[in-house]
Amino acid sequence: MCLAIPMRVIKIKESADDMSAPQVAIVDTGGIQKEIRLDVVNRLPNIGDYVLVHAGFAIYALDEQEAEINLRLLRDVAEGKLGKR
Amino acid sequence: MKYLHEFRDKGLASSLAAELEQLVDGPVRFMEVCGTHTMAVFRHGLRSILPEDLYLISGPGCPVCVTSAGYIDAFINVALIPRVTIATFGDMVRVPGTSGSLAHAGARGARIEVVYSPMDALDLADQRPKDLVVFPAIGFETTAPGVAATILEARRRKRENFTVFSAHKVMPPALDALMSNQRLKIQGLLCPGHVSTIIGAKAYKPLAEQYNLSCVIAGFEPIDILQALILLARQAVESRAEVENAYPRAVSWEGNDRAQGLISKVFEPVDAEWRGMGIIPGSGLALRPEFSEFDALERLDIKIPKAPEPKGCRCGEILIGRCLPPDCSLFAKGCTPLEPIGPCMVSTEGTCAAYYRYGRSFSS
Ligand code: SF4
Repeated sequence: MCLAIPMRVIKIKESADDMSAPQVAIVDTGGIQKEIRLDVVNRLPNIGDYVLVHAGFAIYALDEQEAEINLRLLRDVAEGKLGKR
Repeated sequence: MKYLHEFRDKGLASSLAAELEQLVDGPVRFMEVCGTHTMAVFRHGLRSILPEDLYLISGPGCPVCVTSAGYIDAFINVALIPRVTIATFGDMVRVPGTSGSLAHAGARGARIEVVYSPMDALDLADQRPKDLVVFPAIGFETTAPGVAATILEARRRKRENFTVFSAHKVMPPALDALMSNQRLKIQGLLCPGHVSTIIGAKAYKPLAEQYNLSCVIAGFEPIDILQALILLARQAVESRAEVENAYPRAVSWEGNDRAQGLISKVFEPVDAEWRGMGIIPGSGLALRPEFSEFDALERLDIKIPKAPEPKGCRCGEILIGRCLPPDCSLFAKGCTPLEPIGPCMVSTEGTCAAYYRYGRSFSS
């Protein structure tokens, strides 16, 4: 139920005729495109960003830098470069 | 796909498993709070590479499972009202109530539609102007902001035939209630990733401090889970009890404040009943009076009936880590995913369903 899937934003849609209309993005997941809502997401994503999607809403714009630092640290742990704290 | 492949790397996983093996040199008990973690642990075969002395106990983090029998009965009663359409998440349809499930109500003529998003339920209300669409809203902090946004959108569209039947729950009060139970004897929590995306890592600080409990937030890929378990095991070795975040790409210390704002704009905390845990103060979310026109409980004057748990079902105990599915005499006998007796066997992330699918050989 709390599953959320990372999907890549390929387009941000704004309604031309209704300024109060909420923003919607088109995301791509494995070649399939879907429309999702941006009401909940923490920051407006850029094209190419990944967002976590849950029940039709983007709930977070993923932090790529964090992901990379995270992985680098893990590889260091795995290679025994970091000892116990 | 980016963010997935990297966190499924087999080589990295086995190095991390080896590291974990070194850290664990006596029995440790951790609880994975979230049903999605339960499922991920099984699906990625992690149980087979975890140290023998590391006990992972499932917790109350499956929204369908913790929804009490009274609520399930109330959903079914509402479905049987003429000119009502129930628009619900698929997991709910087969959960047995006192007499049958929503699926059975559907067979008796009730209008039941499965939706993927609360927005789909609102669209359904657009398409069926003569019906009152009721969305049984179950879920934790991950789901509630989207439901709140949908209610705001319903107001913008001036939709008068859309209502939400809120059975939302929030995690921190339930974890607090769980941890105040001394019998559980848990050293650390594997905290739910996507609930934390919304509420932030800071939400666990009081738990860590009050109960001397290690709290590590984990994502859902194998590497994420192993990393979080390493951090938990290290805390155990070093006798620390802190909040650590092993899912920084999706969770910050403060969380998603826009989502938090949506929740508190539309909902207010209420006492709520959890299957297996009884009534926990402030653990539920009800619509604020300003939104009563979208509140199914108000519009249809619904009372939640008292309902007994399914006979013989031990879901309630499983949800609080007191027993495991094989301890239930109905497990895989009277109760299977095709003919479920309790919600823990219905939901794709219920502990009984996970054991049935992946781990029937595991004993308690
Ligand atoms: S096996 Fe079925 S009856 Fe037993 S606890 Fe699980 S859901 Fe309930």
